[in-house]
Amino acid sequence: MNKMEMALHELAEMDELAAQRSPVHQLHPAAKLIATVIYILVVVSFHKYDLGGLIPMVLWPVLLFQVSGIPVHTCFYKLRIVLPLVLAVGLFNPLLDRAPLLYLGTIPVSGGFLSMLTLMLKGTLCLMASFLLMATTSIDHLCGALRKLHVPGLLVTLLLLTYRYVGVLTEELAIMTDAYHLRAPGQKGIHVSAWGSFLGQLLLRSMDRAQELYASMLLRGYHEHFHYAPLRPFRGKDAVYLAVCAAVFVLLRLLPVTQMLGMLVV
Amino acid sequence: MITCSNVSFSYETGRPVLQDLSFTIRDGECVGLIGANGAGKSTVMKLILGLLPCTQGEIRVDEIPVGKETLKDVRRKLGFVLQNSDNQMFMPTVYEDMIFAPLNYGVSKEETEKRVDALLEKLGLQELKHRHNHKISGGEKRMAAIATILAMEPEMILMDEPTAALDPYNRRIVINTIRELPQTKLITSHDLDMILSTCSRVILLSGGKIAADGPAQEILRDKELLEAHRMELPLCLQNAAVPLYQT
Ligand SMILES: Nc1ncnc2c1ncn2[C@@H]1O[C@H](COP(=O)(O)OP(=O)(O)OP(=O)(O)O)[C@@H](O)[C@H]1O
Ligand SMILES: [Mg+2]
Repeated sequence: MNKMEMALHELAEMDELAAQRSPVHQLHPAAKLIATVIYILVVVSFHKYDLGGLIPMVLWPVLLFQVSGIPVHTCFYKLRIVLPLVLAVGLFNPLLDRAPLLYLGTIPVSGGFLSMLTLMLKGTLCLMASFLLMATTSIDHLCGALRKLHVPGLLVTLLLLTYRYVGVLTEELAIMTDAYHLRAPGQKGIHVSAWGSFLGQLLLRSMDRAQELYASMLLRGYHEHFHYAPLRPFRGKDAVYLAVCAAVFVLLRLLPVTQMLGMLVV
Repeated sequence: MITCSNVSFSYETGRPVLQDLSFTIRDGECVGLIGANGAGKSTVMKLILGLLPCTQGEIRVDEIPVGKETLKDVRRKLGFVLQNSDNQMFMPTVYEDMIFAPLNYGVSKEETEKRVDALLEKLGLQELKHRHNHKISGGEKRMAAIATILAMEPEMILMDEPTAALDPYNRRIVINTIRELPQTKLITSHDLDMILSTCSRVILLSGGKIAADGPAQEILRDKELLEAHRMELPLCLQNAAVPLYQT
């Protein structure tokens, strides 16, 4: 497998994860989508020094990983490219904000250090929540849910087609790199002299394919809006899931849970 | 019914691909469109479907002239199996691809399910139902692509090389399926044996023109005619033994 095929493989793996069966997978996509959005909003809303308050929010993704049977390492493996970027965001805070904010025993902890940790945790939690949504809901169901929530059809179709186009592009790239290497044995990567024509060909080929795929959709009755994979009706258990999630998130946000636990222990 | 009257076509490059083509395919007829590579077979199909604009001449599908305003009605009637199955399947799994068209055309969920299952069984593809489209073999994809079009239950079916890439067993299934389909059919293929056993009539394209149009049994037995247009008799009609490999 060349690198491109590997990328394709990973993309397909997300689809496969989403096709598994677990209580989380079986929840209504709209319930999962709204719960995830609330979760992210709540996580982001924590104050920059409120690391203690944020920590209990870790419980939700951990619980979801357990119940959905999706291995945590898969999540971190798939996020390996974006995660460092997210973690890098707060890296300069310790330099900018050096005033000691609290003392761990006698060691002073600066506000910048604390806000860096909070920012890193926020980023990681948001990524994990998004990953869990994608890993337990197929893109079609997700788009179906977006439509149910009255997100404009054009936007949703754009999202879906972009997702598909990435697949087409990667597939073409995989075929072309293979064809190249079969006739350029022992060469590492693609020689600079071939980049121009290679890229041009890639674009033409993937556009051709995208066009033909689109034609194939039109020929099968597609007209501006997708009939996404039919969603099952929104049931009581979905409402319960959503209500419980929302209530717990808001409680965790409003109550100083960590302090209360601390007091219980002391 | 599909009618082409005096159709000419060239791609942007300007070289004429089709010149003054006229023919009618009557309801229920199964017509084979044959010709050498590059003769313009796929182009004819794309023109009928309105995928390419018909700038000269006129094409009618059931008396509806194919044009921008009528595309929706025309395409409702036609099912098209593309020459390249990779470009036919755009949903993640075979099943999702199969339900795409019926749902778009307002067929109920239950009816769609029934159709899909019946078709998969008929084509012997039950095992493929929930497989991922990019993880099935070329021939499997071809069978699945045919299934997605049959699930549409169109009034007319256009097939571009339906048996290419199929093993003899699957080829036989496709041939039998085509023979049983009551719809009007237009089939292009280099598999002349398949054309011989499915089509009553053959149109031979050559150099963008119709070189012959008549009963399949006559045209496909006409060795001189076929050879004059870079083709050969169907294998089943070739008496000469196949030259064997010799050391
Ligand atoms: N997009 C295009 N742009 C320019 N020329 C094209 C394009 N597609 C096809 N052609 C040319 O038009 C002619 C007819 O092509 P077409 O695909 O219809 O042939 P065909 O009979 O289907 O051949 P085959 O048996 O190989 O499938 C060929 O000479 C081809 O080179
Ligand atoms: Mg062709």
